Amino acid sequence: MSSDQFVQYLVSGITQGSIYALVGLGFTIIYAVTNIINFAQGEFVMLGGMISFAFFHSVGMPLVPAILLSILIAAAIGAVLYLLAIRTAKRASTVSLIIITIGAAIFIRGIAGQVWGKDFVRPPFFTGDGTFSFLGAYIHYQALWIIGITAAVTILLHLAFSYTMLGKALKACAISPVAAGLVGINARTMALISFMLAAALGAIAGVAMAPLATASYSVGVMLGLKGFVAAAIGGFKSQIAAVVGGITIGVVESLAVGLDWGPFTSAYKDAIALVVLLVILLIRSSKLAKEERPG
Amino acid sequence: MWSVVKGRWHWGAIALMLAILFSVPFDWFLGEYTTLAIFIGINTIVTVGLCLLMGYTGQVSLGQAAFYGLGAYISAILSKTYDVNPWLAMFTAAVTTGAFAYVIGYPIFRLRGNYLAMATLGLGMILYILFRQMAQYTGGPDGMAGIPYLSVGGFAFDTPFRRYFLVWGFCLSILLISQNIVNSRTGRALRAIHGSEAAAESVGINVAQFKVKIFVLSAVYASLAGSLWVHHLRFVSPQPFDFLASVVIVVMAVIGGLASIWGAIFGAATIRILSDEVLLRFGEWDVIIYGLILMLVMIFIPEGLFVRLKKIYEWLRFKYAQKRAEP
Repeated sequence: MSSDQFVQYLVSGITQGSIYALVGLGFTIIYAVTNIINFAQGEFVMLGGMISFAFFHSVGMPLVPAILLSILIAAAIGAVLYLLAIRTAKRASTVSLIIITIGAAIFIRGIAGQVWGKDFVRPPFFTGDGTFSFLGAYIHYQALWIIGITAAVTILLHLAFSYTMLGKALKACAISPVAAGLVGINARTMALISFMLAAALGAIAGVAMAPLATASYSVGVMLGLKGFVAAAIGGFKSQIAAVVGGITIGVVESLAVGLDWGPFTSAYKDAIALVVLLVILLIRSSKLAKEERPG
Repeated sequence: MWSVVKGRWHWGAIALMLAILFSVPFDWFLGEYTTLAIFIGINTIVTVGLCLLMGYTGQVSLGQAAFYGLGAYISAILSKTYDVNPWLAMFTAAVTTGAFAYVIGYPIFRLRGNYLAMATLGLGMILYILFRQMAQYTGGPDGMAGIPYLSVGGFAFDTPFRRYFLVWGFCLSILLISQNIVNSRTGRALRAIHGSEAAAESVGINVAQFKVKIFVLSAVYASLAGSLWVHHLRFVSPQPFDFLASVVIVVMAVIGGLASIWGAIFGAATIRILSDEVLLRFGEWDVIIYGLILMLVMIFIPEGLFVRLKKIYEWLRFKYAQKRAEP
């Protein structure tokens, strides 16, 4: 691999990894606040891409309102998911909650397939179709948007969680729901907000990604899984670690495909993230065993 | 209250169930559903393994379909590509899958709860990707056809009628073995682990070893089911062993009531009939309804449909007994 190629694969890895990072952030926020792994997380990426396309193309809205509206609708769907499926399941076990969110993912995907069909769609680029040259690699403007949006979202989230009342309340719930309740934080409201926030993050990833990589009703499955691995690298606790994890997976996948040798071919691309997941879990198993709440 | 049901009634119910099971493949009864019944039997075998692991030992596995697929593929490749006797292929598949589960069992069962779910999920998906991508051995996404039937001497299990008895013979034997395990010293150890690992450890139960043992057993069950599946269909492709398949196995176990060996038949039958007979009528809406059912079952009857029905039955019997006791 020449150095030009290396930079090219590196940039596309960072771009793809940014999407994983946004999905991973969603997993992390929900898990921290509610101790639930939301397997429907990837579907919100799909919803972001598909809804923004529908508003732009079928309704004929300008791009910016179409994007903002699609993020809002995704957040609303996240709220509905929490209120109807999660909150109604009282005293549910870990396994029950996992299956409920998997059921929700299948349901959302199925509805999307019925509403929009099975074709791939491509919403317009944010700032036109074009590339610029950087260290011998060609970078699409949209890739720059994706990376920039991810960086901005990460920083904003960090600031919000550190300096706003709501962010601190969410953080408090993550550290100890009981103690948070004692100082008057409503854990259920925080759980609702975490689902809406995660859905919105997924949708942001979807609207940013769809112009470059296209979207269809079924893109959520793999993206959800990669985001999940990103969050697992961060131990489902640290937001920054989830972002770093997402970008790492993107880069490793991209470089491995670039190497095109033995097991590192595009055929096994999706297995790479999973192997990383297993290795991380096993390395950290003694630490994880302590922090996992029983049951 | 359970003792009321035991005794006379208990044996009567078992005899009736066996009579019904025996009659299913005959044309005068449910002959047209023989193939469906074969699949129910195969699914029951996988489900029982998961019931032992999840219901009795309290450990999650979201990758059970991978062991199922491993059994299916090893059987298929050995018996078709290498002309190995199908019975020997089936045996080799079970031993290999069990050995594989043993090797990965020790590291994986250091994890608990959500993390264990994740690790087993990842493992399942890696194997699924291998089934798809190692096309020179597995036939890739298109799968491989022309796998031989099982046979004894000159008697081949080449009709659904014959295979029904083969599969259900296996299934009932496995159910009986599992029932015995549950009622034995091992079963009590497993329930102790489910109750509290620390307490189990403190009375001298080797927790890690028991978890791995039962994981291996569930993997061997899944492998046997996979072998029966390929020698029944004579065709194997990766799709029936994907992540959704693992979820479906969990759902079967849950509907049957996790800590209920005989509930596994009920769980497997419910899901199988639902997906093969009922949902087909809804055309493309089938997955949507399926997702909805997953959510509704887990929200409203997380202890399982079978257990719920059993409770209602016991309650009715109790009321009946009360009425008779009144003067």
